[in-house]
Amino acid sequence: MAERVFMKGTEAIAEAAVRAGCRFFAGYPITPQNEIPEYMARRLPEVGGTFVQGESEVASVNMLYGAASTGIRAMSSSSSCGISLYSEGVSYCASARIPMVYVNVQRGGPGIGAIQPAQQDYLQATKASGNGGFRMIVLAPDSVQECVDMVYEAYDLAERDQNPVLVLTDGVMGTMMEPVELPPMKTDEELAACRAKFADRAIVGHPLGHQAACRPGSVGDGQEQENIKAAAMYKTWDKDIRVEEFMMDDAEIVFAAYGISARISRAVVRELRAQGIKAGMIRPITISPFPYDTFKNLDFDRIKGIIDVEMSIPAQMRWDLDYAIQGKCPIHEVLRSGGQLLTNDQVMKGAMEFIKEVL
Amino acid sequence: MERNLMIAGFGGQGVMTMGKLLAEATSQATDLNVTFFPSYGAAMRGGTANCYVVISDDPIGAPVSYSLEDLVVMNGPSLHKFLPNLKPGGTLFVNSTIVTDPIDRDDIKVIKAPVTQMAIDIKNERALNVIMLGVYVGATDAVPEEVIVKGIEHKFAHKPKLIEPNVEAFKMGLEIGRQQK
Repeated sequence: MAERVFMKGTEAIAEAAVRAGCRFFAGYPITPQNEIPEYMARRLPEVGGTFVQGESEVASVNMLYGAASTGIRAMSSSSSCGISLYSEGVSYCASARIPMVYVNVQRGGPGIGAIQPAQQDYLQATKASGNGGFRMIVLAPDSVQECVDMVYEAYDLAERDQNPVLVLTDGVMGTMMEPVELPPMKTDEELAACRAKFADRAIVGHPLGHQAACRPGSVGDGQEQENIKAAAMYKTWDKDIRVEEFMMDDAEIVFAAYGISARISRAVVRELRAQGIKAGMIRPITISPFPYDTFKNLDFDRIKGIIDVEMSIPAQMRWDLDYAIQGKCPIHEVLRSGGQLLTNDQVMKGAMEFIKEVL
Repeated sequence: MERNLMIAGFGGQGVMTMGKLLAEATSQATDLNVTFFPSYGAAMRGGTANCYVVISDDPIGAPVSYSLEDLVVMNGPSLHKFLPNLKPGGTLFVNSTIVTDPIDRDDIKVIKAPVTQMAIDIKNERALNVIMLGVYVGATDAVPEEVIVKGIEHKFAHKPKLIEPNVEAFKMGLEIGRQQK
């Protein structure tokens, strides 16, 4: 078994990326994710990698675009208002089908918002991380361990699809420390094999004019053809949908939550069960693609209602819930926002108001 | 069972280190779930610094709580700011060298230890947090004392001459905690 170490979320994310083979990081400082670049600045030179503190977010994301287009594993991270500045670069990578991996450690918004944690970038992350209607797999960890596992895996998904992958976490998980087991360091041979798969697309070594897909923009119907290819690829993602159903077998009250809100809801579900209330939780682990069918296929004769728990006002995942539920049961919201943290007690209190009404 | 603790004081009193030492030592020496969550806020020099430690058999929900089982206050402002967050029946740990204001609640247990003065007396002024950690562990048995001793040995592995004085400071606190249990 791997060694259990006690790590801060941000540092664990950085170490997981290095172990997955990340050898280039560019980023620009912003709270609450500064320990990712700080860790990378020290760690990457130890493994022959390169760390660059960009002069801005725009520069950093374009460096990531450049690095990832050569077939090496690269990463960047930022937080909320910084991630907004990534939009152009992410969209270009989606257009050029670059397997970029990046992390958003969410804080309060909109605008400069608050430096404290929030979950206010859900719609941006899942629906439009840039112009042009591209889609991405977005992974939403609910523990430091999942932050590690998802960053480690994100490269495989990005390279398989030749598409950006986002790990959407938040300032609670970024700043808290928890025990984690770290995955093994990928060997040089394994990384060479990853690069080899990318060889016919990577920009390195190709003469000018080569039709590698690693460039955006097309003439004639070229762009439409690229859109059609990308859309076909997005349709293969049903197999990638991941969802946790917690104590759902006989549940009458269903919590719907992702990330930090999900781990809090899970604790509240256990407390409610101890009181004899049949509660359960559905946690989207991939928030894009979203597990619509898990919600659509609920037994609405049994379910009395859904409690949407988010650190965002107004609620954002609510859009996906409404789309899946189609009004078949009431949805109640328990929300905080702008850097104010949810606690077990607050979720319990908000949930009880609803439970008293419907049970 | 879940036990949540908040430690609060001035920046520089070793509040974060105390929380981290407890949490990391617990993580290393037990199979328990444990979280450490620092709260700096938009802190100023001399302002309050605080952190939360949750230790539990079950997976931990929020790493932050405003309904605390245990609260450690190292300075006066922390007492006034965070005492309302202590549950009825909870335990308040007071650095009685510095916190001299009356404690206007009778539904909690209060454990006092003059840790700042004790640290000065043993000529190890920075060890007030380790003494307080001893008081906390002695009074609560939140983790076995060996867990913290091992944690101190690990933390100071690169400065071995600091291990003994810190273990001694911890044990001094442990005695006080046990006496007031």
